[in-house]
Amino acid sequence: MLYKIGTLLMKPGAKLVLLALAIAFPFMASNEYQVYVMASAFVWAIAVYGLNIITGYCGQLNLAHGGFFAIGAYTLGLLTADAGWSFWPAFIAALVMSAVLGFLVGIVSLRLKEHYFAIFTLCVGFIIYLLIDKWEGLTHGAIGVRDIAAPNGFGVVDFTDTTPFYYLVLAFLVFAIWFMGRLSRSLLGRTFLAIRNGDELAQSLGINLMRNKILAFVLSTVYAGMAGALYAGMVRIVGPEEANINHTFDMITYLLVGGIGTLTGPLLGTVGIVWITQSLQFLEEYRMIIFGPLLVLLVIFAPRGISGSFLTWMHHKAQSLAPGKKRKHSKVTADQKAREAESNA
Amino acid sequence: MLKVEHLTKMFGGLAAVNDVSVTFEAGKINAIIGPNGAGKSTFFNLISGLYQPTSGRILLDGVDVTNMPSDKVARLGVGRTFQTTNLFEQATVLDNLIVGHRLRTRSGLWDVLINSKRLQREEKAARDKAQEALEFVELGHVADQFIADITQEERKRVAFALALATDPKIVLLDEPAAGVNPEETESFAALMRKMVDRGLTVCLIEHKMDMIMNLADKIMVLDHGEKIAEGTPEEIRNNPVVIEAYLGGGDDAAA
Repeated sequence: MLYKIGTLLMKPGAKLVLLALAIAFPFMASNEYQVYVMASAFVWAIAVYGLNIITGYCGQLNLAHGGFFAIGAYTLGLLTADAGWSFWPAFIAALVMSAVLGFLVGIVSLRLKEHYFAIFTLCVGFIIYLLIDKWEGLTHGAIGVRDIAAPNGFGVVDFTDTTPFYYLVLAFLVFAIWFMGRLSRSLLGRTFLAIRNGDELAQSLGINLMRNKILAFVLSTVYAGMAGALYAGMVRIVGPEEANINHTFDMITYLLVGGIGTLTGPLLGTVGIVWITQSLQFLEEYRMIIFGPLLVLLVIFAPRGISGSFLTWMHHKAQSLAPGKKRKHSKVTADQKAREAESNA
Repeated sequence: MLKVEHLTKMFGGLAAVNDVSVTFEAGKINAIIGPNGAGKSTFFNLISGLYQPTSGRILLDGVDVTNMPSDKVARLGVGRTFQTTNLFEQATVLDNLIVGHRLRTRSGLWDVLINSKRLQREEKAARDKAQEALEFVELGHVADQFIADITQEERKRVAFALALATDPKIVLLDEPAAGVNPEETESFAALMRKMVDRGLTVCLIEHKMDMIMNLADKIMVLDHGEKIAEGTPEEIRNNPVVIEAYLGGGDDAAA
């Protein structure tokens, strides 16, 4: 029964149903606030997809991700509020800026491996926060950037309204997931996965580590910058807190819960946790008492999160239902042979 | 095929590989043996470019590959396996192998974005290659199994297949038969003969003497980073220096 539901979820049509639900959401929501929460969940989901590229697929734990989110937000904010640009040129500039800075940080930080890379990027994230907080001449320091432009609308569509903005974010999210899907199935995605399996093995397969890691890193920072710029266009005011390391850890949580290195994980994790957080609002800070142990249990028992566990379960179910059972048989004989060999020895 | 001249690798003051010169002929099975810590794996890491030698030269088909990064060496046709191979456990065997042919493809980010003809063609080629390598190691029947669900012996074969999917001219196998039972060891030996029959040059590190003596065309013995003997299995078996290195004598007995 569960397996039948599972196969339905794996069908290509499930995507369209999901998309239809997302399109219908503003009409089903009981108030505008819910639409707003969903839109912000989508914005974070885009950023988490970026984190999934470098950390989930390429295996490099990047703790500067929140910093690049803030770079996107501030680039858009400063260009529209202070330099008088309109939204879309500033949006493109935000993407370029996060790509360029991502490249520069990448060529330095990716020389380091594993924990050293994580610690280095943790520092990069903090430096980004400090620059934003202290460079008052550029960023207005703790006051933040106000009067950020909303995306220019067209015709009757006005993106300062919540619902049109929701659809705009949804369109970007669909694009982000679409590209991620294509990437993950491609030779390039497989190259990233090979690097996650191990640097030395990847090199022995002729993979240029540095080039591919930088590519994955820049892709991830562009995703982060895109999310940050959309965020700035949505809330219209940004402050140094956007670069707070807490955001990075939130995103890692979303990724782990949803399923690291999976295609649907970032969406599931982000939307799920954002709504759970909303519904636990009355608990205030104490909600971490619930989240903390849940996260620990999840990492122990389902290290690949909801999506990863589901996919593994589906695979095993499919294998056991497969006709022929040739495999089971050969395994038994192999075990028998091993036992025979042992008794002979 | 592979010519190594006066190869030395120093780690601090310690010579892990010391002035080793050797030639591996094409289409032969070449074995490297020696006690633990003799520098065998370091020797492989030098050839495959993971380590840069302190001095000496490495020539592959006459091309100097001495200071080449390992991804370039792989592209020139040096495939290798490791003592342990980390694979993506929750992915199928075939999915794990497809990337093996990546080094013979050129598709980049732009091809992914527009799903170019080239990408489609290359992905098919890589998949076919993976399938072919899997058939070669006689694991066609586990193509759709997760790596996590196959046996230890099958994992070792998958590691072989991954190296073969790179289209190598020479394969370096680091203890291919470690931890497998005698019967399986024989099947690994058969697999290596099959590789040579297909025109590959095989170079392996191994501790199982029975296997080596039956299998190798030529054996090089390393001890304390130095080459102490080289020759056919028959010559090695009767070489007093080798016997001393293995059975120990004098200062080594304590170690």
